Amino acid sequence: MKALSKKRRHPLAAVALLLFGLLITGSLYTAAGSISEAKAADTTTASQSDVDEGGKLFVANCATCHGMNAEGTNSGPSLIGVGAASVDFQVGTGRMPMQMQGPQAQAKPVQFTDEQISQLAAFVASLGAGPAIPDEESLDTTKGDAAHGGTVFRVNCAMCHNAAAAGGALTRGKFAPTLAGVSEKHIYEAMVTGPQNMPVFNDSNITPDEKRDVVTFLKTIEANGSAGGVALGSLGPVAEGLFVWTAGLGIIIAFTIWLTSRPS
Amino acid sequence: MGDHSHGSPENSGTVAKADDVAQDRFPDPGLPPHRPRLADRDPRAAKRHERQVALLFTISIIGTLFFFVSYFVLGHLGDMTFAELRVQNAALGLGTAFAMLGIGVGIVHWAKTLMPDHELVESRHEIRTEADRQDAVEIVDTIIEESGIKRRPLIRNSLIGAIALAPIPAIFMFRDLERSGKTAGEMVEQLRHTMWDTGVRLTRDPSGTPIKASDVQIGSAFHVIPEGLNEAEDVLNEKAKAVVLLMRMDPQEMNISEGREDWNVDGIVAYSKICTHVGCPIALYEQHTHHLLCPCHQSTFDLANECKVVFGPAGHALPQLPIMVDAEGYLVARSDFHEPVGPAYWERGQ
Repeated sequence: MKALSKKRRHPLAAVALLLFGLLITGSLYTAAGSISEAKAADTTTASQSDVDEGGKLFVANCATCHGMNAEGTNSGPSLIGVGAASVDFQVGTGRMPMQMQGPQAQAKPVQFTDEQISQLAAFVASLGAGPAIPDEESLDTTKGDAAHGGTVFRVNCAMCHNAAAAGGALTRGKFAPTLAGVSEKHIYEAMVTGPQNMPVFNDSNITPDEKRDVVTFLKTIEANGSAGGVALGSLGPVAEGLFVWTAGLGIIIAFTIWLTSRPS
Repeated sequence: MGDHSHGSPENSGTVAKADDVAQDRFPDPGLPPHRPRLADRDPRAAKRHERQVALLFTISIIGTLFFFVSYFVLGHLGDMTFAELRVQNAALGLGTAFAMLGIGVGIVHWAKTLMPDHELVESRHEIRTEADRQDAVEIVDTIIEESGIKRRPLIRNSLIGAIALAPIPAIFMFRDLERSGKTAGEMVEQLRHTMWDTGVRLTRDPSGTPIKASDVQIGSAFHVIPEGLNEAEDVLNEKAKAVVLLMRMDPQEMNISEGREDWNVDGIVAYSKICTHVGCPIALYEQHTHHLLCPCHQSTFDLANECKVVFGPAGHALPQLPIMVDAEGYLVARSDFHEPVGPAYWERGQ
């Protein structure tokens, strides 16, 4: 112990401590991540008790804006016929319950457990027919065609979500969010339900196979990263121009000062 | 003197002016005394600078070698994954950067620390305004005189002719970039019409499969090309004019003007995707606000009001494609667009 306390003033002690801390945090996150994955895996079919439980959750958390019978009010749209996929997306990404009224609901930490989300989804699905939560088969990226998915993405999605799926601005404070880090299920559900101001891409427009291709494409480009090095957010000339005009010009100015300075 | 209220038109009163005599007498400060550098005084410092310069040149050599190592060893002309490609790109860039910077920084460092640094004075020649102007006029006159351009009008006129004719081949070169053999009138005419015609089916981009009216739900957006476009002779030229965005909204929310009552099918509407500003494809559709946004210059069109411009530089509303349903339930065009698509041009309004 004495030897350890002697070494605490060593110049490398701070570096060692930092590495140790990072290692601990990283392992905890990995462990927590795999636990929540395990939870997500057991999705069961909805029973009547799920619908009843979902109804109670709905009255307690959603009815203020969406109405006691989900018929909609001035503050929120009707949820009859939006389907389980819509609930799973909106609540599962933390967009609902909405933090405040604004141009569009924003993603935030999820407010409900997976069980509560599936109960809410079962309740809303029982109100009227709508898109269901996609099954494992249609989300299996090993069966998708990334190249064809890329074509579909560029025709239908890239104008708002950016060719590199980095997101982009819309009118009056609305925006298309980045698709990096969004789960396969939520990407699929967003296409089927058209959350916020996104258009609906139903199965006759983009077939389920094509949707799986799009998800595969997004996961492929996410896994591979940018071939050209630092992507600077893939936002194009604004981010790149800012970088060049500040860092590049800074280097040129520094060299100019050095060139004209008197040597000692 | 420092009182603001006592200024005159010639003198604001705030600045003390030196009189002219004092300005003439301002002494020439001359050059600052020469200060020898560290390397001039201390041979050990000179030796140290010499080693630094040599080190910088060695860094350049290492950079070049690093370039070749990463070019051939990290993967050369073979199948590489994205990750390997990224590493190689970074390595090639770093190698080249150090190869160039090593030489540049080394030479400057050499010049600044070791090469002679004595000051040199080069006096500016005396300013002779009027005489210099005379000299210049004389030179021009001599050129004109010696070339004989005034005395020999044959040379002058043939030169003017040659210069006037020389640019004409360029006009023909650029004209023949368009090799369809169309006359100017026909070219203007081809901007006026697209592949759409009565009974042409609306099909999905890029697969070309036809769309049933029942496929389109409220809030949907379909990217549409005319049937047969993929087999057309000039696919891209035709596509650039004919692309259409198909959307469906609640018919009660739509304001339909006179003469367009039968252009939609239960709220299913089709509009040209080509912006009327400079022709970017517009497809940023917001299903609840019914706004179409052009990503280039933020022109915004309101679908509920027949795509009238509500914001941005676009000059006129997006042209609407009149549609109907055929016997099999597929969406077909009722006719071509009733106005030219895309940005305005001189002959558009006629």
